[in-house]
Amino acid sequence: MAAPTRKAAIVGGNRIPFARSNGAYARASNQDMLTATLDGLVARFGLQGQQVGEVVAGAVLKHARDFNLTRESVLGSRLSAATPAYDVQQACGTGLEAAVLVANKIALGQIESGIAGGTDTTSDAPVAVNEDLRRVLMELNRAKTVQQRLKALAGLRPGQLAPEIPRNAEPRTGLAMGDHAAITAREWEIGREEQDELTVRSHQALAAAYDRGFFDDLVTPFLGLSRDANLRPDTSVEKLAKLKPVFGQGEGATMTAGNSTPLTDGASAVLLASDEWAAERDLPVLAHLVDAQTAAVDYVHGGEGLLMAPAYAVPVLLERNGLTLQDFDFYEVHEAFASTVLATLKAWESPAFCKEKLGLDAPLGSIDRSKLNVNGSSLAAGHPFAATGGRIVATLAKLLHEAGPGKRGLISICAAGGQGVVAILES
Amino acid sequence: MSDWYRDFANSGVGTTITKQLGLPRPAVLRRHEPGQPLLPGPAVVGSAGEGRLRDELTRLLRDAGVTVVSPATVDGGTDGDRLAAVLLDATGLTGPADLAAAHDFLAPAVKRLAPSGRVLVLADPPADAASPAQAAARQALDGLVRSLAKELRGGATANLVQVPLGAEASLAGPVRFFLSGRAAYVDGQVLTVTAADVPAGEDRERPLTGKVAVVTGAARGIGAAIAKVLSRDGAHVVAVDVPAAGEQLAQVANEIGGTAVALDITGADAGTRLAQQLIARHGGVDVVVHNAGITRDKLLVNMDAARWNSVMAVNLQAQLDITQALLDTEGALKPGARVISVSSQSGIAGNRGQTNYAASKAGIIGMVRAWAPEFARRGATINAVAPGFIVTEMTAKMPLGTREVGSRLNSLQQGGLPVDVAETIAFLAQPGSAGVNGQVVRVCGQSVLGA
Repeated sequence: MAAPTRKAAIVGGNRIPFARSNGAYARASNQDMLTATLDGLVARFGLQGQQVGEVVAGAVLKHARDFNLTRESVLGSRLSAATPAYDVQQACGTGLEAAVLVANKIALGQIESGIAGGTDTTSDAPVAVNEDLRRVLMELNRAKTVQQRLKALAGLRPGQLAPEIPRNAEPRTGLAMGDHAAITAREWEIGREEQDELTVRSHQALAAAYDRGFFDDLVTPFLGLSRDANLRPDTSVEKLAKLKPVFGQGEGATMTAGNSTPLTDGASAVLLASDEWAAERDLPVLAHLVDAQTAAVDYVHGGEGLLMAPAYAVPVLLERNGLTLQDFDFYEVHEAFASTVLATLKAWESPAFCKEKLGLDAPLGSIDRSKLNVNGSSLAAGHPFAATGGRIVATLAKLLHEAGPGKRGLISICAAGGQGVVAILES
Repeated sequence: MSDWYRDFANSGVGTTITKQLGLPRPAVLRRHEPGQPLLPGPAVVGSAGEGRLRDELTRLLRDAGVTVVSPATVDGGTDGDRLAAVLLDATGLTGPADLAAAHDFLAPAVKRLAPSGRVLVLADPPADAASPAQAAARQALDGLVRSLAKELRGGATANLVQVPLGAEASLAGPVRFFLSGRAAYVDGQVLTVTAADVPAGEDRERPLTGKVAVVTGAARGIGAAIAKVLSRDGAHVVAVDVPAAGEQLAQVANEIGGTAVALDITGADAGTRLAQQLIARHGGVDVVVHNAGITRDKLLVNMDAARWNSVMAVNLQAQLDITQALLDTEGALKPGARVISVSSQSGIAGNRGQTNYAASKAGIIGMVRAWAPEFARRGATINAVAPGFIVTEMTAKMPLGTREVGSRLNSLQQGGLPVDVAETIAFLAQPGSAGVNGQVVRVCGQSVLGA
């Protein structure tokens, strides 16, 4: 018999403002950013010297030396050094997956509190030696005799000096994520203007949220930055219309640098706990993590779009919780690209997709757009891969708390490798 | 931010040069450190007239481990240590003729005063006097103490505490403060205590144990020093600053095991938000320190509305609004709460180019005095602290000449440190300061400005 479970509470969150690549955080490492983020969380909730059950975080672009990134960040933070930690990595789903892992352990009573987070830098990204050079060096390492060493060294070529630089591309297709998204946008006939409109709304909503102090207890400035560097409160459909497409080809290309997220540096963290742990410390409970689901699609051979997995995960989650797509007060659909959000919503509205791909009798239907990403999302804030989940969980939890008890929110995050992570929060 | 001139004047060659040229010789002040005795040497207690406090003062000193020597051995004697403190009970004054006794006692005692020594005179308030002659004698002490403070050297200070009949129980905390290293930069001041219920059994080393203190503008400078001293004295500090200062604020909070709250105190709902958070997270607040302040200097004729309004909003209106919100929100202010506002020397003396700043800082004094009776009824207190020239990042940016002159225009011939302001605030926050209400304590080394 399964042990009775409880729902994990979201106490609060912290993140550093997100910076554009090679901007304010150009010289900050993943560990620097995650440590600062943890310290901001510690300061906000008075956790100095305290031991939390577990800290779970990760990074997508990771140096080999960062094998124990989260534990090292904990050791550098003001948390008790007796706080265990481990790394996870599920591409852009990392942050949300970390929160789900912490919540599940809390639900099972294995821990009473935990911190979930993520950090990513595209400015301080790992640069590896050329794969050919690496083979030569390993061979040299294995060599025991002078003769063997000379033989190994004979394999050296000038071309091997070119380093391996990480690319934002799918290993199995060689296509950039944006090019994959452009294929999906074309298939779903997502227009340029609706993408630009969604982008403008994201910027305006994020700016308004900052202006009303919504992020005062969610963000801690870092290295002189106090708001997300990508935020353009004065952008407009007219301004965005002037940008040239950067993904997709030919006449029908719609995706620009404006309606796609830029490469971003940043980190986020969320404090989760049992209700009892929070109550003992007079800490708030903003919302509970009700349930979560992952899905993956075969974007290599199966004819599905790279970023469409959340469209598959959500109906499974709804079914298990006896909910419809309309039973939510807020929707947080990660804006990897404006077209991704629009394609996902269109898929749920499509009778054909819902029947053929999801096996449903009726489409999930449309959502009230005024409940979508009401405080802006990744198009405005930027998207440091592993940090986006933590940003969204904390933002949605606070939104639900402000709206009052019994409110419900849906999170949908697409990830590289054809994956998706979705979750339900409830106040 | 080190005082290079003070260090030079106290060096071997510097001593010779400054003495021969008659230059100011600022002393290294005795400042409080945890575990330190109240006084580093013996004290003497004397009286002018038949006072009522001498025995109590002697007992208080002995309780604190201080050796109390007889005035007889001081007068004309050459034996024994130099005196760390000279206390005069002048509550027995009936008229100016009794002041001769004050002179007779003080002159030989002050001659033997040690570096960073303390002269503390205790008397009744002139307003309560039975006759004009008695009022004159009491008021005369004001001139005596302020002049003596200017004569003292070597970091020694002189202050006057006025004790009305019936307020004797309120005396111990202020006396200990003025004698201690906490009052290093408080000089030439007059403090009036009132009758109040002073809780017994306070932990002298950590008097704020179990208390919750909120400090605005805590991310740096004087605010950060206040947060650290309140924490050292045992309080859990809720450190507040504008969202943009969050990185430094988190560092301050983490250093002292406090809580960081990013809040624009000029926001319409700032008081309510703060009150609610203090109730939900900390069960209310014991100590409120209104420290946040800004300067937007310009001559009045050149000052635009934005400069005027922003200074008023941050420095004065926010203090009024937040205090009112805390008073209005049930459970926000704990019983015996302490509110301390940071005013400024500019608010007392005025300062060219600072009509807006000085107006806001003078306004604080009006606010504190007006609110004092209501706070007294609640068993709480509200006071202001007015810093003089305090060495901070801000003063470090001043031109050398302005800074050097500014920092020497006081009886201690040096600028104060943020910790000096913080120590005075921590004193006002203590349970033992229940009888200090509606007061303005200057932390200025007896500045010549506005004295």
